[in-house]
Amino acid sequence: MASAAPVEVKEPERSEMTDLARPWKVIVWNDPVNLMSYVTFVLQKLFGYSKEKAHKLMMDVHTKGKAVVSGGSRERSELDVFRLHEHGLWATMEQDT
Amino acid sequence: MGDDGAGHLNAPEWQLPLRRSGPGCYEVALSAENRELLRTLPAQLSAAIAADPKDAVFRRLFPPAYANDEMAEQEYRRLVGPELDQGRTLAFETLSKTADATELSEEELDAWVRALNDIRLWLGTLLDVSEDQTDDDPDDPPHLLYHLLTEIQGLAVEALLGDE
Repeated sequence: MASAAPVEVKEPERSEMTDLARPWKVIVWNDPVNLMSYVTFVLQKLFGYSKEKAHKLMMDVHTKGKAVVSGGSRERSELDVFRLHEHGLWATMEQDT
Repeated sequence: MGDDGAGHLNAPEWQLPLRRSGPGCYEVALSAENRELLRTLPAQLSAAIAADPKDAVFRRLFPPAYANDEMAEQEYRRLVGPELDQGRTLAFETLSKTADATELSEEELDAWVRALNDIRLWLGTLLDVSEDQTDDDPDDPPHLLYHLLTEIQGLAVEALLGDE
């Protein structure tokens, strides 16, 4: 009986592993319709942020065009984007560079 | 971002047509005309979404999570699409069903705020509103409707924020 050939296990490239580990960030973008008070309200409601923190993030969105409002693992970030989408906010996610 | 509907906001609190009346309890004193709009607009928007799932309004109501990764975006859409639809439908139903209510729970008013936001996103995209124009806005019926809904949503958000 022939001996079994060694099974080749393809190990992930180092860069892939670090890619997976890199955290994600959730970004809210400015848009002309959403009210400033509504954006503040949503950030407080979804993330439990203080009025001050939610207001500051909202002002960043308003004046700078976008703000990172949360982040972490891919799953966590996707859930946060989903909840923001449920509230009509223009949210996207991307991996830290 | 849009300006808050400030038309009524300078009035004493007891005169506001939508205000907090107690813990988790909100009083609504809108006109019959306005209530009729709140009752009928959700169905109009639902019909518009169903009619053209590819247009600009649809894209604004369902923005991409992954702007630069088409595969990940399709997977996200597949996972959450039905739930986003369902949430929107529930909020629309709540707004329609409670359009005549004089008292709302926090949950109901929260649904109002989300439904009103969707309707404003729809109208705002159709009218191509920008955040800079307020005084120069045309006063045709669609713009007036947009500003009326802005004002009602603004009052509802203030009432909810006032709870803390």
